Amino acid sequence: MKLVANDLTLERGGQSVLKNVDTEFPPGTITAIVGPNGAGKSSLLLALAGLLEPVSGTVELDGERLSELPPLERAKTLGYLPQHTEIAWDVAVENVVALGRLPHRDRGTAEIETAIAALTLEPLRHRPARQLSGGEQARVLLARVLAGEPRWILADEPLAALDLAHQLSLVSHLQNCAHSGQGVVIVLHDLALAMNHADNAVVLHEGKCAASGPVEDALSSETIRSCWGVDAQWIGDRGSRALIIEH
Amino acid sequence: MNRAAVVFALLLAALVPLSLLAGRVWIDPATTPNAAIILMELRLPRAVLAIAVGAGLGAAGAAMQGYLRNPLADPGLFGIAPMAALGAVASFWFGALLPPAIAAWSLPAFALIGAGLAMALLALIAGRTSSGAGGGIALFTLAGLMIASLAGSLTALAITLAPNPFALSEIVLWLNGALTDRSWREVAIAAPLTGAGIVVLILASRSLDALTLGEDAARSLGIDPRRLLGLLIVGVGLTVGAGVAVAGIIGFVGLIVPHLVRPLTDRLPSSLIVPSALAGACLVLIADSSVRVLPLITELRLGIALSLIGAPFFLWLLLRMRSGSL
Repeated sequence: MKLVANDLTLERGGQSVLKNVDTEFPPGTITAIVGPNGAGKSSLLLALAGLLEPVSGTVELDGERLSELPPLERAKTLGYLPQHTEIAWDVAVENVVALGRLPHRDRGTAEIETAIAALTLEPLRHRPARQLSGGEQARVLLARVLAGEPRWILADEPLAALDLAHQLSLVSHLQNCAHSGQGVVIVLHDLALAMNHADNAVVLHEGKCAASGPVEDALSSETIRSCWGVDAQWIGDRGSRALIIEH
Repeated sequence: MNRAAVVFALLLAALVPLSLLAGRVWIDPATTPNAAIILMELRLPRAVLAIAVGAGLGAAGAAMQGYLRNPLADPGLFGIAPMAALGAVASFWFGALLPPAIAAWSLPAFALIGAGLAMALLALIAGRTSSGAGGGIALFTLAGLMIASLAGSLTALAITLAPNPFALSEIVLWLNGALTDRSWREVAIAAPLTGAGIVVLILASRSLDALTLGEDAARSLGIDPRRLLGLLIVGVGLTVGAGVAVAGIIGFVGLIVPHLVRPLTDRLPSSLIVPSALAGACLVLIADSSVRVLPLITELRLGIALSLIGAPFFLWLLLRMRSGSL
């Protein structure tokens, strides 16, 4: 059950943002989409979530075109976490999480409780979500996605604006999801986070796929030089690598 | 039915008999002459009308605030009420040209046509702006504001060109909104349309909940933005259009009521629509009964009374928002 982008070309506001990208995302792993600013990362994620109609090419799930799935089916299968979510009202944490059940048209009490427990939100459940700190809100919003029990989790920069401890805790939740068989695709800015915590990477540069595959290969020094224009070397061992910039 | 709905339903049940008895003449059913006629032909239709108009405005306000994710949104933002008012003002000009049998209905009919035109225009604009590329809601709201502004200027033009002082005062008075001298005829127009509009808004309520997390998240939850916008245009069009057709412009109800209701609920838009309808009914019923009782030479217009309450409330709201407690 793969999520596949076939010869995908995307436009936003009349501007071309992605040109003829072919790539696939295996389930049960974390794939990081990385690339310099404006490379088309968020657009690719939106298209994978079925929220941005391709100009040409297709996104396919199990060999079926995403655009042909009914919206509710798509919503049950693909959980999408936008980059910035401003929660509009003083809605309690548990009710925000419950919104994840909307596509299922049920109360889903068990799934909501599981998501609340997984992200240790029990002590916060009655608090208005938008009054929480950035790290707490990020957990609430991820729990909202988890409550829908999607087969795929597509998250746009879920770690941005989180401190180190919260980044690690969120990453470990995503790793648990991948271990349990869900496909996880995340847009990341921080190459070290991608290198240490993702299984695969797709590197976008100026709307094209510059490299893809296991992180060790996709995030090579050569790729970093050609895409970011920076000379850099990885040091350390797998799982705790750091990127050293050379002057 | 949630707690807020129960609270406001009980309040409404208590207010109706009070409002029937209150007025320039306080009715004592045992002694007041013609009590039955006053009640059945004057007070009861007026009370039912107040309930219908208030319920429509309350529900529309709750839906609009949910749709725009903004506590300061108001049903007037779509431009439906000003267009309905423009239609009504046009009837002062053209109504006299119609055969007498139709002329009696010309004002509500013209107002409903105005509301219908606004809805059609909004649907046309929606078809062009909600392409799913984001920014649709903001663009659409601006378009609604432009319709409102255009209708407002045309109404002002109609007033300045009024054929005679009598017509002028008639138009201005009518624009201020009132339920004076209404009958079952107006109830027959407003109640079914408002009821249908509220049902349409209830159909939109789960989608409005999803919008709490923003447009992209809502779409990822399977919400169809075009369907939601369509439901909103029809729901707000029916409730607000019907209200203006029978009562003129009555402001602030749609803005205030959701704020009175919200603290009693879980604050999701879907929990607000029915209680806001009931609370809107209470508010207009109280205001209309109060203007009847106030010892003034002529009855204070309902629209003016509600604006007198509404404007200070709006200010208080703004100050509270600044202090971050909204």
